[in-house]
Amino acid sequence: MGTEKRILVIGEIDQKNELTTLTREILGGAAKLAELLSSGVEMLLVGAGNDAQWDSLCRGVDKVYVAAGPGISPFDCEAITAAASDVCGKAQPILCLMGQTDLGRDVAPRLAARLNAGLCMDCTDVKYEPQQDRFIQTRPAYGGKATAVYASVPGRMQIATVRAKSMTPASGQEGRTGEKIMLSGGSQQPGKVRLLHCEKVQESGIRLEEAKIIVAGGGGLGGAKGFEMLGELALVLNAAVGATRVPVDEKWVPHHMEIGQTGKIVSPDLYIAIGISGATQHITGILSSGKIVAINKDPDANIFRVADYGLVADYKEAVPVLISKLKERAG
Amino acid sequence: MEIIVCVKPVLDPDLPQAKFNIDPKKNIVMPPEGVPPVMNPYDALAVEAALRLKEKHGGKITAITLGDASGEDILRKALAMGADEAVRINADALDQSDGFAKACLLSQAARKIGAYDLILCGRQAADWDLGVTGSMMAEYLGVPALTRAKKIDAADGKLNVERISASGTETYEVDLPAVVSVSSEFGQARIPSGWGIISAAKKPISQWVKDDLGGDVDKVSGRNVLLALSASSNERTCEIVKCENTAEAAARLAEIIADMGK
Repeated sequence: MGTEKRILVIGEIDQKNELTTLTREILGGAAKLAELLSSGVEMLLVGAGNDAQWDSLCRGVDKVYVAAGPGISPFDCEAITAAASDVCGKAQPILCLMGQTDLGRDVAPRLAARLNAGLCMDCTDVKYEPQQDRFIQTRPAYGGKATAVYASVPGRMQIATVRAKSMTPASGQEGRTGEKIMLSGGSQQPGKVRLLHCEKVQESGIRLEEAKIIVAGGGGLGGAKGFEMLGELALVLNAAVGATRVPVDEKWVPHHMEIGQTGKIVSPDLYIAIGISGATQHITGILSSGKIVAINKDPDANIFRVADYGLVADYKEAVPVLISKLKERAG
Repeated sequence: MEIIVCVKPVLDPDLPQAKFNIDPKKNIVMPPEGVPPVMNPYDALAVEAALRLKEKHGGKITAITLGDASGEDILRKALAMGADEAVRINADALDQSDGFAKACLLSQAARKIGAYDLILCGRQAADWDLGVTGSMMAEYLGVPALTRAKKIDAADGKLNVERISASGTETYEVDLPAVVSVSSEFGQARIPSGWGIISAAKKPISQWVKDDLGGDVDKVSGRNVLLALSASSNERTCEIVKCENTAEAAARLAEIIADMGK
């Protein structure tokens, strides 16, 4: 294998059998790092079905290891960790990147502990410092109140999970199409953890992660009924509806609508925060939004400190006006 | 059912940003005076989960914490909620953001406790937000793990765990012993009763040190170097829309929003 350096990306597949947006972002970030390191980029792909378009999945990387088939369920953290550990043995990467997703949150710590690698979770930036041959990783801490910068230990494999919307997907279609290597299936024996069933919430309308406009509500809405009003506003704006943790904990809305550190990280052009106080753990999920508009009846609410436009008002009075005026404008 | 529950003191996560101070020389957060640490809210839910399992299936709950003496108040709270025993691993010099070292010490403590069926912890701590302790403990102990649990039931020596996922929920069956981390969707943690607080004050807290647990921690620690810690600055200049009344202001805001699309 010589001394050639490699970056390994653990990639994930969406329902359409394509790379997830976050995986494409990470591949973009990995390509940039690879230039600095004069290294190759290889990918371990999890969850690809038989009808996958391999040519497009394998583009821009040198090798694609495919963890799929019987014995390797994308729900089986143990099987994926074993597959990742196996690939790391083959590829000997100096850096392994994966998304801060359900999978990344579970596999990264197990893989790091198993391989004695370094680990940095939920990174918003990963740089390489050639003079000291180390990776410099930036991550939020204290629910987003603080920003921490970590250096990896030179010579030790580093694993980093990457937060959504923090790297830029590679633009072009250029680059070679990598060789596809099917990993032999995992153990056929049932493991110690067995999936009984999986419930996917039907996400109606626009997905939060891809929405250009998001209308989000917080505890200030006072109940599930407030979200009906937000839904109307969202309809006029062609927006997705999100929530902070309070409405989720209070069960006004399902948890997949949660935006923030323990929910989704979003990056719309326009974010309209209604009845949201602005807890840091929520703010950390909306920071890269284009414009932020806040409506809250408390003039001292923290949300106004991070917003571009604010309206101090009871949402029950303000939102119906917004709906009717925006309808007028839309003609 | 023998349950170990890991609890951690953290700076109150509801502390407003304005009171959040960092010592840039030491790269540590300086808690404002008179603001005591609280039990990590996710860990409080792990204690709650342990209590619900014990109420149904019997058994014993041991609460463990790691760190300096400030952890004892947190252990007292776990005892007051209903935990049976408490252990503090005295590790003053521990780097609080070193997930490997913490998971290693906690798993060694679990080994020392011996016959456990279940280790519960919060999905992540509200200070460093790593969310790795449960998974790493499982790895070090060679037992299965399930993370971000919303619901936990036990039957026939196994657990049924419903966990949250980005797109919904997943339900698993897991063999014991296992590690399960608990998410906020689990519900509400109980508030200790007056009697609980009184009886907790009398219970002993076992003190263990690193040397009681074997020396593996030195092999896993120090894999990351914290170069800098700073307060995040996310502030924007906010233009407050002001008019005669709410209706006019909302109408003006509608104009602003509509013009953004141009």
